[in-house]
Amino acid sequence: MSDSPQWLDEEAGPVVRPYALIRGRTHPSGDAFDLVATVRAIGDPPSGELGPEERHILRAARGPISVADLAVELDLPVGVVRVLLGDLRDQALISVTSPPAVGARSNERILKEVINGLRAL
Amino acid sequence: MDSVLSEDPVALKILIAGGFGVGKTTLVGAVSEIKPLRTEEVLSDRGIGIDDLDGVEGKNTTTVAMDFGRITIREGLVVYLFGTPGQERFWFMWDELSYGALGAVVIADTRRLTDCFPSVDYFEQRGTPFVVAVNCFDGAARHSIDDVRIALDLDDDVPVLLCDVRRRASAKEVMIALVEHSLRTLASAN
Ligand SMILES: Nc1nc2c(ncn2[C@@H]2O[C@H](COP(=O)(O)OP(=O)(O)OP(=O)(O)O)[C@@H](O)[C@H]2O)c(=O)[nH]1
Ligand SMILES: [Mg+2]
Repeated sequence: MSDSPQWLDEEAGPVVRPYALIRGRTHPSGDAFDLVATVRAIGDPPSGELGPEERHILRAARGPISVADLAVELDLPVGVVRVLLGDLRDQALISVTSPPAVGARSNERILKEVINGLRAL
Repeated sequence: MDSVLSEDPVALKILIAGGFGVGKTTLVGAVSEIKPLRTEEVLSDRGIGIDDLDGVEGKNTTTVAMDFGRITIREGLVVYLFGTPGQERFWFMWDELSYGALGAVVIADTRRLTDCFPSVDYFEQRGTPFVVAVNCFDGAARHSIDDVRIALDLDDDVPVLLCDVRRRASAKEVMIALVEHSLRTLASAN
């Protein structure tokens, strides 16, 4: 074990760089996206206007993918990904489905399925 | 796009909490493929490690790495694990993580039991179902489960388990105990 706060990601370097991508904004337009909200690419991407990160998101979201998985895939902080997602949603290039407020924890059948699934791991 | 909703994957969140070095990362890695997830917060008035970011709207942000793991139960049903630091100053991250969460695992080390007080407090207040997993480090004085329960002043229905988070079977048992506890909590609420 270590007493040093390892979770402070010093190696990540200055956080200015990713934020420059989104011109210093720290909040997406509209509602914040849950970490496990489902993102999907929809529609035909316009050719010219998108940055490489936005293209990357659209590629990764051809099938359903969570916001957290996207952040890992793009290797960007979650907040930056959220802003990019807000822009893409504003352009109707993705759909984002939030998990229900109480979550699936209220669903007995699903919880039982999870228990069995964990046992089988 | 009519079929989109019915096809949406079901995503469940589980939080892994506890003090420094208590075994959070090890637990997430034992049951899932673990990846570091970078998250960051604006720290204007939170009073922790402030990075000065000239030109970024004068906002102060810092990056915090979370442990992030996923367990695919079947296609369309995924359990996400988020391992987060347990100190009170990180509760702002937990507020989001615990929203709609299935529950939480609080890892305890009996040599430093007080380290998990804030986590226990938090989940009690939020009404998030949680279990306490006592990580048995080699050579650590083994306290009985009852001692831990009394020291943490836990409600009788909160499960307390001994575990070795390095062992997959043991880590799995902890996860199963949590989901079973959530299920019981659900049943008693109905
Ligand atoms: N002997 C022993 N070592 C353990 C056990 N669990 C974890 N460790 C070791 O303890 C150290 C800390 O474990 P981590 O999983 O990194 O703990 P953590 O809670 O993620 O730590 P931070 O993220 O720094 O707060 C690692 O070197 C582990 O290998 C255990 O049950 N027994
Ligand atoms: Mg860790």
